[in-house]
Amino acid sequence: MTAPTPAVPAEEPVVIEVERPWREAWRMFRRNTAAVAGLVTLSLIVLVTVLGPFVYPVDPFAPTGPLLLPPGEQGFLLGTDQQGRDLVVGLLYGSQSTLMVGAAAAAITITIGILFGALAGFYRGWVEEVLMRITEFFQVLPPLLLAMVVVLLFSPSIYSISIAIGVVSWTSTARLVRAEFLRLRELDFVKAERAIGARNARIIWTIILPNAAPPLIVSAALSVGVAILFEAGLAFLQLSDPNVMSWGYLISVNRPQILEAWWPVTFPGLAIFITVLSVSLIGDGLNDAFNPKLRQR
Amino acid sequence: MSALLEVQGLSVEFDLKDGTVSRVIDGLSFQLEAGRTLGIVGESGCGKSLTALAIMRLVPVPPGRIAEGAIRLAGENLLDASEARMREVRGNDVSMIFQEPMTSLNPVYTIGDQIGETVRLHQGLSRREAHNRAIEMLRAVSIPAPEKRVDEYPHQLSGGMRQRVMIAMALACQPQVLIADEPTTALDVTVQAQIFDLLKELQQQTEAAVILITHDMGAIADMAQRVVVMYAGRKVEEAPVDEMLTNPKHPYTSGLIACVPHLEADPGPERQALMEIPGVVPSVAELGRGGCPFAPRCAEAMDRCRREMPPETSVGEDHTAACWLYLDAGEAV
Repeated sequence: MTAPTPAVPAEEPVVIEVERPWREAWRMFRRNTAAVAGLVTLSLIVLVTVLGPFVYPVDPFAPTGPLLLPPGEQGFLLGTDQQGRDLVVGLLYGSQSTLMVGAAAAAITITIGILFGALAGFYRGWVEEVLMRITEFFQVLPPLLLAMVVVLLFSPSIYSISIAIGVVSWTSTARLVRAEFLRLRELDFVKAERAIGARNARIIWTIILPNAAPPLIVSAALSVGVAILFEAGLAFLQLSDPNVMSWGYLISVNRPQILEAWWPVTFPGLAIFITVLSVSLIGDGLNDAFNPKLRQR
Repeated sequence: MSALLEVQGLSVEFDLKDGTVSRVIDGLSFQLEAGRTLGIVGESGCGKSLTALAIMRLVPVPPGRIAEGAIRLAGENLLDASEARMREVRGNDVSMIFQEPMTSLNPVYTIGDQIGETVRLHQGLSRREAHNRAIEMLRAVSIPAPEKRVDEYPHQLSGGMRQRVMIAMALACQPQVLIADEPTTALDVTVQAQIFDLLKELQQQTEAAVILITHDMGAIADMAQRVVVMYAGRKVEEAPVDEMLTNPKHPYTSGLIACVPHLEADPGPERQALMEIPGVVPSVAELGRGGCPFAPRCAEAMDRCRREMPPETSVGEDHTAACWLYLDAGEAV
């Protein structure tokens, strides 16, 4: 450059790079170390669950060693349970049903919750009355009992358990979505949307719902954790798919020997604990990610 | 010239909580020709915005309802139109700019998506065509670098920019009637002038009829050719803008004009106190009690004003007012 550098730089147009909302949320999420740890842990669990059966293609119900072998002996890293089954295999295969039920039940919870909450909050009037009375009806039923009844009605399987958990836990999501809709439906941009001739369905699903997404995503993450605990609880009560290994089932069958052998109960319990903890940490992180008050820091 | 939009005897009622019915717009009539601007002025709560919603058939039902009257757009009575037909009209034939540009845009979509949505809804354009139309519209409302701006989100824009985007949205389908409901109230003065200039320019290009709702007499003087003054849901005076500003008849109109603060280079040792109209606009529950609704606040109120509602009276050429002061001079129309 031959031109002398001016003392005051020529005025440049100020270009403020503002992030798109999702990218900004991801940046906020990454700043929460615990949430990232949760995400990494859960990713590892999912990875192991997917790859496990290929690495270890065995029948998880088949006994492979002596009964109640303590951890580390005869090459059984975590020992065996009261039927001589390798606990490593049990944990590996058990995570499948845990994660599948957790995800499926959360999906059902969110779907019913959104449907009830959105319609009630948007249409108000008698629609709201009817839908909210139904919601309250489900709220006052004891959830575990209701879930047991549903599972027993259809005989225990991955599907019936997911449905049972979804059916008993959608009410809080419905109330959350309804509250968001009550708030959002009065906003100017919703009115503006009517003024350009949009129909109700469009306003509900493409205008209001995306604006209600942040609290919903947090609630979805937390409901995965709840569903996993619920699944373990049902399995503990012998209400699990008899053809699918699950952590709750392992705890249940090994419970009578807990005083002689701590490991067949403790390791599946730890697995549940770690999974639910990482899901909760992710939920916390999402909460931060979508909390506008934390953004500027 | 026949009217493009004709509002005739429009009345809107609301059911109140105590079971009574309040007539919040009562027998409102006005006409509007293509390419012209009609100003509707009045204080907050006079039914101005509700009039706008009624024209778009967006009065919340219940508790509200359009009780009687007719709203004719190019001869078609919108009050008889089906809801499906109204969805075609909204945004396409009649569109609206709202008061609050900060909250009238959807935060989760880019402005290009939002401008394009209108034309996709009404003209069935593809996503790409709508995107191009959005860029065109942004250019039309003088937003710099429209190719870049089109992919930005509302929170990245200033208030003035957002109001330009709102105008771009409202005009994307080249509507015949544009209702601007206090389009500049939330903006600062310099931006206000820019927005009004923009509106005038676009109006000349598109021949749109504009209804400008405001409480700002200055805006009316700048923009409108004709003015309707509303008070408590009724039209109290209507005249061409020059006539209205120089020769207001209704005491309420005179009050509104007197309330506009004047800038003086040297206000002198004694500043003139700002004028005000004493009292407040009656609430919906107080409407329909007989007599002129303005009477309690009117310096010239007579006994008759408190008993009987004054009819609309001709008080000059092309100038009407609803006030007992002029009933002997003119004839009821």
